[in-house]
Amino acid sequence: MVSRPSRSAIRKNRRAFLLLLVIPFIVLLWPPFYNFTDPKLFGIPFFYWFQLSWVIITAIITAVVYFVRA
Amino acid sequence: MVHWDAIAIFIFFFLLVTILGFIAARWRQGDLNQISEWGLAGRRFGTVITWFLLGGDLYTAYTFIAVPGAMFAAGALTGWYAVPYTVLVYPFIYLLMPKFWSVCKQRGYITAADFVKDRFGSAPLALAVAFTGILATLPYIALQMFGIQVSLAALGIPLSTSVLGINVDFPLIIAFLILAAYTYTSGLRAPAMIALVKDVMIFIVLFATIIYIPLKLGGFGPIFDAVHLKAVASHQVAVTKGTAQTFYDILSPKQFVAYSTLALGSTLALFLYPHSLTGILSSSSQRVIKRNMALLPIYSLMLGLLALLGYMAIAAKVKPASSNLAVPALLSYAFPSWFVGFAFAAIAIGALVPAAVMSIAAANLFTRNIYKEYIKKDATDTQESQVAKITSFLVKFGALLFIAYLPTAQIITFQQLGGMWILQTLIPVYIGLYSNWFNRWALLIGWLTGMVVGTGMFIATGLKSTLYPIFGVTMYVGISALVLNLIVSAALTPIFEAVGARRGRDITLASDYDDEEAPVEPAEVGREALG
Repeated sequence: MVSRPSRSAIRKNRRAFLLLLVIPFIVLLWPPFYNFTDPKLFGIPFFYWFQLSWVIITAIITAVVYFVRA
Repeated sequence: MVHWDAIAIFIFFFLLVTILGFIAARWRQGDLNQISEWGLAGRRFGTVITWFLLGGDLYTAYTFIAVPGAMFAAGALTGWYAVPYTVLVYPFIYLLMPKFWSVCKQRGYITAADFVKDRFGSAPLALAVAFTGILATLPYIALQMFGIQVSLAALGIPLSTSVLGINVDFPLIIAFLILAAYTYTSGLRAPAMIALVKDVMIFIVLFATIIYIPLKLGGFGPIFDAVHLKAVASHQVAVTKGTAQTFYDILSPKQFVAYSTLALGSTLALFLYPHSLTGILSSSSQRVIKRNMALLPIYSLMLGLLALLGYMAIAAKVKPASSNLAVPALLSYAFPSWFVGFAFAAIAIGALVPAAVMSIAAANLFTRNIYKEYIKKDATDTQESQVAKITSFLVKFGALLFIAYLPTAQIITFQQLGGMWILQTLIPVYIGLYSNWFNRWALLIGWLTGMVVGTGMFIATGLKSTLYPIFGVTMYVGISALVLNLIVSAALTPIFEAVGARRGRDITLASDYDDEEAPVEPAEVGREALG
């Protein structure tokens, strides 16, 4: 590794943001979190709209991580 | 019944796209006799083209036919897992791919096998990775061809004609030849150009369907009520007949592991496929890749909505000949025939693009890691490019064999089968990005174990399902085989070291992996490419 203390220190702090990307895995790979019918949204059972909403939430998380340049 | 207006519209769009494909060969022209030009379009694609290209090869007949078909037939488990899968794949790739892109760019790799060969100093391991990549792509290409076949069948084109006692599928063969011809002449440029047109068409179809059909059916409430009734009916049949329930509107607790492993397995598998790597490696920088990971979920949303078409087909009470025909049947039920023609053209082209990218990627693999490695070591650039073009043609025939010999009742199984195979290369490729600890021979034996056991479990289900119980827990065979593979590789590594079968020499450098320090292409090159 090339040693550039100031830059790499900043980068290390920013690297912590990468942990945000783990959240969707914890939520979506554990079906007991969302395996329900109610509450419904526009007649769509919770199971379906909850997982669809994570498409958007995950995109936002990824965008945040991108903009802090982690 | 043959709908001529639908067929006319279908043919019009099909031809339009074909012509575009040939024009694409001249776009941003490079020397197509060089494999990195034909196969990676000179690594010059920016954010927008990469978005369309990745979107185009990730969202395929799988999205339009297989997932809704599985939703129609089986409900939550084997269909909807595609949603968590396509959500999770982007954060996962965000973490991993920039490293992979760096090392490939730094050392001029164009396939995963190139990387494995240098990282673990093992030609046999690289061969195993290349072979798996080609093998795993075949059922995925088969799924695409099946999608084209389904849309042609739904147009009412007579599908099979008997020639010398063999059933010949003329429309499929014609579509196949067009695809092969423009893949052959244009390389990766053809699919990227066509992806633009295809996506516009798909978006039109999607918006029309997702707004119009629920209105026609009285909103999502009645749609999900119909789905619930189907699940209840399926439960009653199961109770009275003493068989397994076949349709679920939400998961039964016994399916939790199967659901999660299908989603996780598919997530881990997607970017191991040679065609997804092609999409990544043809992008011009890491920033382009990272940016795309935040933009590609738009397609996941689309996938989720398309999946619901399977449920709409239940509510509309259409009676397709097979569950894979649920979407075509629904479209024919809801729309006038000219729009049906347009929609089927969108589906067929949506299958052609990925089929082209997949066969190019498989061809790259064969040429780089089998032909040049073992058959003709001193092949010239022109010969290399020539062999890749011929191979891209041949793999399409290989895919036909899968349609011919495996049950197609649940075509989504094809994606899961390919996933199971390609997952067995995860350790050398993904873990290899972080560590070269594993012994090359241990990896090879681990790979072989995973392939044999995974395939064995699939055969044990009667070639029908990729879910197999391990210690009483039903799970995706891709994950169970991968875990076994990992255990074998880890356990054998110290043993091989002890008996003196050394690790291979790792000729990659630590700096090759550094994702921030990697040199960026000079700006002029980008400007030249645009002009």
